[in-house]
Amino acid sequence: MKDRAAIVGIGETPFARRLDASETQLALDAILAALDDAGVAPGEVDGLASYTLESTDEVEIAKNLGLGDVTFFSQVGFGGGAGPACVGQLALAIAAGQCRVGLAWRARKRGSGGRPWAGAQRPSVAAQWTRPFGLLRPVDEIALLARRYMHETGATREHLANVAIAVRGMANRNPRAMMHARPLSREEYLGARWISEPLCLFDNCLETDGALACVLVGAERARDARQQPVYVHAFAQGLPRQSHAMVNYWCDDPLAGPSWACAELLYRRSDFQPSDIRVAQLYDAFTPLVPLSLEGYRFCKRGEGAAFTEAGALERGGRLPINTSGGGLSEAYVHGFNLINEGVRQMRGSSTSQVEGAEACLVTGGEGVPTSALILRR
Amino acid sequence: MSAAGDALLPIADPEAAPFWEGARLGELRVPACPETGRLFFPPRVRSPFAPRRAPVWVAVSGRGSIWSFAVPHPPLLPPFDALAPYPVVVVTLAEDPRVRLVGNLVARPGGAINEVSAATLSIGAPVGVVFERVTDEIHLPRWRLCEEAGP
Repeated sequence: MKDRAAIVGIGETPFARRLDASETQLALDAILAALDDAGVAPGEVDGLASYTLESTDEVEIAKNLGLGDVTFFSQVGFGGGAGPACVGQLALAIAAGQCRVGLAWRARKRGSGGRPWAGAQRPSVAAQWTRPFGLLRPVDEIALLARRYMHETGATREHLANVAIAVRGMANRNPRAMMHARPLSREEYLGARWISEPLCLFDNCLETDGALACVLVGAERARDARQQPVYVHAFAQGLPRQSHAMVNYWCDDPLAGPSWACAELLYRRSDFQPSDIRVAQLYDAFTPLVPLSLEGYRFCKRGEGAAFTEAGALERGGRLPINTSGGGLSEAYVHGFNLINEGVRQMRGSSTSQVEGAEACLVTGGEGVPTSALILRR
Repeated sequence: MSAAGDALLPIADPEAAPFWEGARLGELRVPACPETGRLFFPPRVRSPFAPRRAPVWVAVSGRGSIWSFAVPHPPLLPPFDALAPYPVVVVTLAEDPRVRLVGNLVARPGGAINEVSAATLSIGAPVGVVFERVTDEIHLPRWRLCEEAGP
């Protein structure tokens, strides 16, 4: 599938704590913006992919947009692990001839809507062994991994601050970012209230209403596209042995999470290896996922992810600028779809924190859940 | 417990029933592979090491050590919001460090889960199990800090 499909359109709504439009309206706004960006008519779309958590399903999209015969549709599970796989599965389908124009989207009112962890639903197999003990929210689940990571590697809150501050700096340059006008100092980070020790407010992503979408076509058609095509160079998913989503304490080595399995296939399929990659969009629902992902995707060795963040490495001009639109921590949290669109902007050369000369961009899904990743190229 | 608290009680699925039977008797039981003897957790219908076979259940010592801990602060759900901040621990069992249980610490049997200060905790600290009757069906394992890891 290498370079056989390309992203030729991206679109998104504004991002805010509260938007009045419904999730369906937001989804349609983002999708139409992406189709307009691509110069593709809605009737040409014949492939759809989104998240199992997406509430605006394929039928709603197809009916509202007046689509013709859709011949490929797919949903990917595990929340933030799904984003890159939506794009990757469309690219596979296009390469295999199952569809010609693919559309991926995610719309969510997590800002003004409910908090999923607050539901009183029957616990899942894994949650039966965690929720009765007051391990209720995603942040609590990741706090346990974070404490263990700090114990094993010597990482400190200063390292987590490096992540939060680097990503906030990107948002401060991006007028679309929710935190565009809000700089973050180290003092402010270290003085912030706890959410789940050792994680504080600024270790957590935003709560956002918004939607995003992107459009893919085959490489041949992409050559004539309105926008500079951004090729899906490599794609992988990862669900490692005995892994659990979020509460990954029941495998042999919880700190070598799904990123490791995903990276194995990704780099085997890719002409670009970690040393060739100069910009990355790493899933950042919580700051500790960044050092874990830096290790899993082989930018450093096991246990060195926190040290990697030192000396501004993740900031503009650093060794590996990440989340250059502000990521989930500071632009918008829409299950990581904004990382995909920002990866496309980096390859087009239109990011507000453009990394000059970058030939490829890594985009990852959530570490700590069955996950996925893409390598995009110009 | 409140309505939300009831919803947070464990479900005694058939594959987990031996765990709760053991808990009612004050015994910590975990599933094991019938072929290799390897312990695993959480309970499953089949052994992951011999997927054609159901697990067997093994009583363990109830000794272990803290693998990690977190301290949630509000907003949470009842009954936990009123107890916060409280430590949540992951305990690794003495019999096999790859087998870990999420739980809470108490200072004494039946004590509240916020009575042990997180400031006194460290990874590696030895703990031992006690059980707290929550309903006739469900006796939750709790953990007490102890002097030495065993056995």
